[in-house]
Amino acid sequence: MTDATAVAPASQPPMSGGRRSFAWLGVVPFLLFALLALILPTLEIVIGSFTDQNGGFTFANIANLFQPSILAAYWISIRISLASAFLGCLFGFLIAVAVGLGGLPPWMRSPILTFSGVASNFAGIPLAFAFLATLGRLGLVTVILRDWFGVNIYALGFNLLSFSGLTITYLFFQIPLMVLIVMPAVDGLRREWREAADILGASSFQYWRMVAIPILWPSLLGTFALLFANSFGAVATAYALTGSSLSIVPILLFAQIRGDVLQDPHLGYALAFGMIVVTGIANGIYIWLRVRSERWLK
Amino acid sequence: MKRNSLWSWIVLVLAVLYFALPLIGTFEFSLKMRRGVYSFDAYRVVLADPRFQSTFLYSVTMALCTIVLGIVIVVPTAYWVRLKLPRWRPIIEFITLLPLVIPPIVVVFGYIRLYNTSSWLPLTGSAWGTNVLLAFGYATLSLPYMYRAVDTGLRAIDVTTLTEAAQSLGASWLTIMARVILPNVSVAVMSGAFLTFAIVIGEFVMAALLSRPAFGPYMQLLGANRAYEPAALAVIAFAITWLCMGLIQLVSRFSKASPARI
Repeated sequence: MTDATAVAPASQPPMSGGRRSFAWLGVVPFLLFALLALILPTLEIVIGSFTDQNGGFTFANIANLFQPSILAAYWISIRISLASAFLGCLFGFLIAVAVGLGGLPPWMRSPILTFSGVASNFAGIPLAFAFLATLGRLGLVTVILRDWFGVNIYALGFNLLSFSGLTITYLFFQIPLMVLIVMPAVDGLRREWREAADILGASSFQYWRMVAIPILWPSLLGTFALLFANSFGAVATAYALTGSSLSIVPILLFAQIRGDVLQDPHLGYALAFGMIVVTGIANGIYIWLRVRSERWLK
Repeated sequence: MKRNSLWSWIVLVLAVLYFALPLIGTFEFSLKMRRGVYSFDAYRVVLADPRFQSTFLYSVTMALCTIVLGIVIVVPTAYWVRLKLPRWRPIIEFITLLPLVIPPIVVVFGYIRLYNTSSWLPLTGSAWGTNVLLAFGYATLSLPYMYRAVDTGLRAIDVTTLTEAAQSLGASWLTIMARVILPNVSVAVMSGAFLTFAIVIGEFVMAALLSRPAFGPYMQLLGANRAYEPAALAVIAFAITWLCMGLIQLVSRFSKASPARI
């Protein structure tokens, strides 16, 4: 429907005619900005990852990525992103359904959405501090569990500076982001569909499995891809939480840019290029699925 | 829909626990600096720190510069695309979404390589040049949100009619932009601006890698060396984010109260 409104004025351009050929000049400042601030710097990295020390073309840098330490960094990054995206989608969806389908009083909708806006932007360094103060060794929850319930989560193997700790922390911005994105899709579920299913004798479970979930599927999967990319590129939270002790790709790249820890600048380019490829694939899936899901939301 | 109620409440309680505990925990921790009693000592120490003041001021200044840069780049472009170049729309929209695909750390890596001291445009050679580079980086971060906000704002007004009316009254392009279009999308621009502010104020990666004295790197440094002050900083940062989102709500509610001015 976006396209329909956009194309409508095109059929009757008001002042085109002879001056039309110069109209593109109006977007030159924007294109120049995009070129200098976004496209050229990215191309520099992409080209750098395919050149050797003497400037010749090579696949060696990409091939060098396939060494155990770097593969391990990608693997744990991807695992954290998958886990936080999956759990973010699941809980975010449950909250959106609880808010959108009338399980909660209507007045709670607005505060929940506002809070989601705040929490989805509350990332980076302060988020790490918040979780250190909560689930760190002397954090509030850690202490309460230890003193009141006799459960020492650190003795049980929990560590905030680990896969599970980072995933729990990332959920703080992933869940609200999911709520914000999936809310319109949940609102788009028509009451008639539910009623029709009821009349045909469907149980609640059957309605969800055979009507609602298939309709929402593209937007759920699409948002999953977006959340994946969102946590895959995040540096600040992980860096403030773990320093460089947990070797995920963005942290490795951060250390590489600061001090060439890989001792090969071109391998650094390749590392960055790999990040673009991963987030690019995730976002490609998101855009493709969003286009597919929009036809249900008209 | 009564059957949804029970598990809806369970979900809500779990969500409130998960989201409230870190906030309560942080706040409680930030009050514990003085042994045995709750006090606002950590806040007093942080707020009195000259480095806090200078880095915070720096980041606020950068945020304002980024907002101005963003408005100058986005508003005329979105307007022009709606008015004259509807066919360019997919391309422009694609570019505005690129910052979601390319992680900020990769963009700033590119800056360091492309604009280093031995390049054709040695921006990283001077503090001023690096500030410009940082503002550019921040503007790319806010581009997806800013563009979408402004474009949605433009959808609500009749761009063509407004432009023709202004032109028939003899207005120049600059006058049209500043006195017709901008006031009509001011709510959208302000929403984008507050969101930009919230993003820029605590940003870490770009500022750290460009070695600028911004608030994000200061927080990280403090976090690595102190115990209670970081919690106080987290509370302050959360309050700022909340304030920005609250202001967005406020301006959009204000706009709904007053009828469109066409």
